[in-house]
Formats: sequence, structure tokens, C-alpha cells
Amino acid sequence: MRLTDFAHAHIPAEAEAFRAEIRAFLEREMQDIPPVVRADSWMGYDAEFSRKLGAARLIGITMPKRYGGREAGAFARYVVSEELLAAGAPVSAHWIADRQSAPLLLRYGSDTQRERYIPGIVRGETYVCIGMSEPNAGSDLAAIGTRATPAGEGWVLNGRKIWTTNAHRSHYMIALVRTQDRAENRHGGMSQFLIDLKAPGVTVRPIRDLSGGEHFNEVFFDDVALDRDALVGVEGNGWQQVMAELAFERSGPERFLSSMALFHTLVDAVGPKPDALQAFQIGRIAAKLIALRAMSLSVTAQLDAGEDPAWAASCVKDIGTALEQELPEIAQLLTAIEPRVESGSDHAQVLAYLTQLAPSFSLRGGTREILRGILARGLGVR
Amino acid sequence: MKDMFEETIERVLTDLVTPELIAAAEEGAWPQALWQAIEENGLAVAATPEAQGGVGGSWHDAFVLVRAAGRHAAPVPLAETLLVNWLLGLAGLDAAPGTATFATATGSMDQGRFSGTLNEVPWGRSAGHILAASGGESPMLVLLPCSDATISEALNTAREPRDTLVFDAVEPLASAPFPTGLPTDALLLGGAMIRSAQIAGGLARLLDTAIDYANQRTQFGRPIGKFQVIQHQLAQLAEQTAISAAAAETAFAASEQAPDSLTIAAAKAVASEASGQGAAIAHAVLGAIGFTYEHSLHFTTRRLWSWRSEFGSHTHWSQQIGSTLCEGGSRNLWPILTSA
Repeated sequence: MRLTDFAHAHIPAEAEAFRAEIRAFLEREMQDIPPVVRADSWMGYDAEFSRKLGAARLIGITMPKRYGGREAGAFARYVVSEELLAAGAPVSAHWIADRQSAPLLLRYGSDTQRERYIPGIVRGETYVCIGMSEPNAGSDLAAIGTRATPAGEGWVLNGRKIWTTNAHRSHYMIALVRTQDRAENRHGGMSQFLIDLKAPGVTVRPIRDLSGGEHFNEVFFDDVALDRDALVGVEGNGWQQVMAELAFERSGPERFLSSMALFHTLVDAVGPKPDALQAFQIGRIAAKLIALRAMSLSVTAQLDAGEDPAWAASCVKDIGTALEQELPEIAQLLTAIEPRVESGSDHAQVLAYLTQLAPSFSLRGGTREILRGILARGLGVR
Repeated sequence: MKDMFEETIERVLTDLVTPELIAAAEEGAWPQALWQAIEENGLAVAATPEAQGGVGGSWHDAFVLVRAAGRHAAPVPLAETLLVNWLLGLAGLDAAPGTATFATATGSMDQGRFSGTLNEVPWGRSAGHILAASGGESPMLVLLPCSDATISEALNTAREPRDTLVFDAVEPLASAPFPTGLPTDALLLGGAMIRSAQIAGGLARLLDTAIDYANQRTQFGRPIGKFQVIQHQLAQLAEQTAISAAAAETAFAASEQAPDSLTIAAAKAVASEASGQGAAIAHAVLGAIGFTYEHSLHFTTRRLWSWRSEFGSHTHWSQQIGSTLCEGGSRNLWPILTSA
């Protein structure tokens, strides 16, 4: 198979069966949520919603039953995820814990860690953020300087993280930090720790984004004491563990459905009789969504089979985020409706909101330029 | 069966489809040895049931054959013949002997004889038979000998025949009513589907060619592939290749019982858009040498520049989808997209 071949994957019937269940839940729980709130997509925070979703056993569905999961397959998770995203459900409280932290703990965590954290995640009550970037380590993630130093039975943590989504609302952070100096092997000497954000020495400061919202944060660690059990996985293996997570993070439907709320309001703003340009542009977006969904499902199958589709995941994310960003650009071309904040029609407000949010789509989770570098390396030119 | 098909066709086409062969075909030569090898390996009837004289592969399996035909710029109506023989199989008719093509224009049947002006027929002058539809309230699929038509010749940008065939009260070799479930625009949909897979193959060839060139061509003391600006263009070409192939295969997989409108529209829209962008990147990377007739890059780019327009352009298929979605309103938007 060539690198650019995405083996066709079909959602199996037992996974497709989850669609009716999640749609019924959304029908019930989303009726009072207006489009501009839906536009927040997986950045929308609603602890009550997450608890209800957990109570309906729709979080952590791939987890073992002993932790409250349903031992469902990767495609079932895909179906539930895409339905939540398409509806603009406010899932951010639990999203990262469900997507990354629980699978990470299941794979690398100790029995104690699994038993302590996974059941709360599955109930939609335990929220986890991911600490990666630092002021001097953004795209060059290996340049991180936050450091855990051995002390007694455990470690002491010093440094700071930045651009950490939801740190101000999360109970824990899983952070990539240094446990050794930057060695000749630039990807060695890093480890993952699970940090209680209520611990003494942790300060979380929200950073206001350009739209006035607060999604990301700066997090300071001043002599934070970590016990021995805070280490996740193997000391020094942090980079490899993080890279394994990234394929999950980069290939999912949240990489092309972030602007779905706008696609919905746009279709209604245009109405049932589109002109030639409107029909063309709306169909063009839909065609790419259909193709991206096929690619994303293919990566899901590869992940499920234990393969490492890092190249394919980067490909999905780069094409997908470009599409998410293009949607507000196209929407403002197709009607005379001007963007509005606070007042105005649903479409005007969603347009305003997503136009402002769109630049972040190709920054979070790895920039366009980093992804294209990964693609080029896979092609054998780098 | 997919792997076996791909292995076989790669072997046949790699051996036989040389730049010299394609250039000769552009001057009107018919590559008989190539077609003979295709027939001997059963590739033209790969997706036709055994009972109708085929190999019995699925239509989804045939995707790799059509894509390979595009990748190698094979100057024969292989994709067209595969499509015709598959549709004949759906209608319960035997596979056409030899080469076959099809028409999207409809004609009319009168007392068992077919009349009509069928324009933009791929390989009309070279094909043995043509599959066409008669319009009216009870449409028929008819298979006609091309030799019974008056032919006006035309060529696309790659000098592939795109002819007009006029039939005047010709008795079909075979005919059958449209099978239940086969959309009346099945031939247009089929054409769009095979072109989208050929485009995916063509883009894969452009990517291979551009990568090889970027690794070999040295400027400023290093291979140009070491420059980030080239790397990022190649990454985008790879993305266009990947999304076109995924969209095309999805259409083939969804069309097992009959051509599936939504996924075919998506595939042709995506592939048509990718054609122009992909060709532009390949030409940018290869520079002046890629603009010569001597270099074989143009055998692919000149095909992409026509294939994207054939059987419905990017605009045509996007508008089909857009109109359907707007008509359904936001409430039906996601259910329609997930039906693909």
C-alpha cells in the first residue's frame, strides 16, 4: 500500500447501532441550546451536560466494564463522537479526558492510576487537560523546560505550561515534562506526569482569547510535590507516549467538524432554493466532508488494529482544519448577512463567532506547518 | 480479489504502457498488444458476474483497476469497458465482446431499433460496442456496435478520442429494461465515478514523479526537496492524492448494487478540484523540463485537465449536492452526510 492510500473502512453494524442511542440523547438534551452556543463545539463547557452524558454511559464507551465502560469498539466511539460534534454538544469538560487521558492511562498507567481516575472520567465527572506547550516550546515541543526532580519517594515539579485548554476547569493535568537534561537524543529525557491542579504550588491563570472567551490558560508550577504514583508510564519514555496519543488527537472528526454549527445556520440562511454560487459552495464543502469522514474512518480502523498511522492522521488534520477555516470565509461570501455579536440572527452570531475562532483550528494540536513537515518526511524528501 | 487485481494490472501496465506507446496512441495508433494483454488477464470483465462471462469480482474491487488505468495513462478504454460490463451484468446481460464505451446522451427506441446522436463518447472510434440508454417512460439499456454509427471525431487535451456517434434505426446487439434501483442517470454517474478513480491514479503518478525529481534535482548545492517550500507543496499534492483516492473508493464501495449519487458526486467534485491543484504543483516542482513533450509528466497532467471536466465538472457535482442539502434544510444536513 502507498502512503496516500487510506484503506476503505466501513462502520460495522454494531457500532452504527450507537447512532440511534446518541441521537435520542441529543434530541432530549440539546433542545434548549441555541446555535451560538453550539458553535463552541468541543470547546463548549457544560459540566451538567457531561454528567448526563456519563450517566447515559456514553463517555469512555471503549473502556473496560470494570471501570464503567462498555468495551465497545473504536467505530462505536467514532459514531458517538461525530454525533456529538455535529450537534455542537458542549462536550469540552470531558472531551480530552475521554479522547486521550483514559486511553493513555489504560495503555501506560498503573492499576492504581486506572482505578483511581478512569471511573470518574467515564462518569463525566473527572476532567483532565493536556500540558504540552511552554512559552519557549510551541511547535518545537522537545524544547520544553518544565522539570520534575527526584525528591524523597517522589518528585518536585517546577516550570510552566501555556495554551493549556481547559486547565481552569480541569481537575488534573497530564503534562509532558523533563526528567533529564536535553540530551543528544533530543526526544529523550521526557516523562508524563498526572498532576492534581489543586495541589499547593499550582497556579492557573486563564488567558482571554481574541473573541473575549476563556478557553486556554497559563499554568505555573512552583515546587509542586508529586508522589511516586504521579508518573504515567515509563520515565524517559514521555515523547514516545505523547506521539502515540497524537494520532488519536489528530485524526478524529473534531478536526473537520468544528464549524458544523455554521454549516447548519448557513444552509438555513440560504434557504431551499440556493443560487448557483450558493449551491456550488455548499456542495463543495459537503463533498470534502464526505471524503474526510472516509479518511478519518480509515485512520480509526488502523488505530484499532494497533497500527501507527501518524502520517495519515496528520493528513486528515491538515485537510480538515483547512476546511473548518474555509467555512466562515465561504459563509460570509454567500449571503448579505453581516456578522454580529450578542444580538442578531443565529446565523449572524455563529458567523461572527466562528470567524474569530477559526485561526486557532490550524494551531491547536500541531500547526499546519508542522503537519506538512511530517507529511514531507513520510514522502521521503525531508 | 482487490490485491490480485492490483498486482495483475500493475504488472501488465508497467510492462506495456511506455511513453512511446502513449505518444503513438496520441497520433492515432491503436495499442493492440496492450488491449490483448488486458483481455487475456480478464481485466476488462473483472466486475462482471461469471454467469455473464466475467471474472466475478465486486465493483468495489474494480476500483484499483480503474485507478491503475489512470496512474499509467493507459491509452485504451479500460475504465469504460469495465463500467459497461459491470452495468450489463446488473441488467442481466452478457459482457460486451472486446472494447466497449458508453454514452450519457439518450436516444430513442422505435420498433426495436435505436436512433440518437450520442456526443462526447470516449474512444468512440476505437471501441467495438457502446452502451446507451433510450429515454422515455420505460427506459432501456442498449448495447450497439459502434461500426453501425456515423462518427465525427474529436479529441480532449490528452488527444484521447471524444467522438460523436449518430445512430439511425440500428438494431441493438442486446437490450434490457433499466433494472430496478438503477438511476436513470446511471451512465453519467458511472462516468463520473470512473473518472474520479482515474484522477486519483493520475495524482498518485504526479506525486511519485515530483518526489523523484525533488530528490534528484540539485540547486543551490542541495536537492530541491530539501527546501521547505518544495516540501510543503509536495505535502499538499499528497493530500490531494489521498483525499481523491478516499473519495473515489468510497463511491465504488457505496455503488455495489447501483451507482450511488451522493458519494459519486462527492468523489467527482473532490477529484476535479484536486486535478487542477495537483497538476499545478507537479509542474511547479518539475520546472521547465516538465513543460517539454519529451518528459512524460504531461501524459498525466493533460489527462487530468480533461478528466476533471468530463461527466460533470467540480461545479456540476458540487451544485447537485448543494441543492439537495439546501432543499433538505439544516435538519436533514447531517443525516444526509452520514448516509454516505
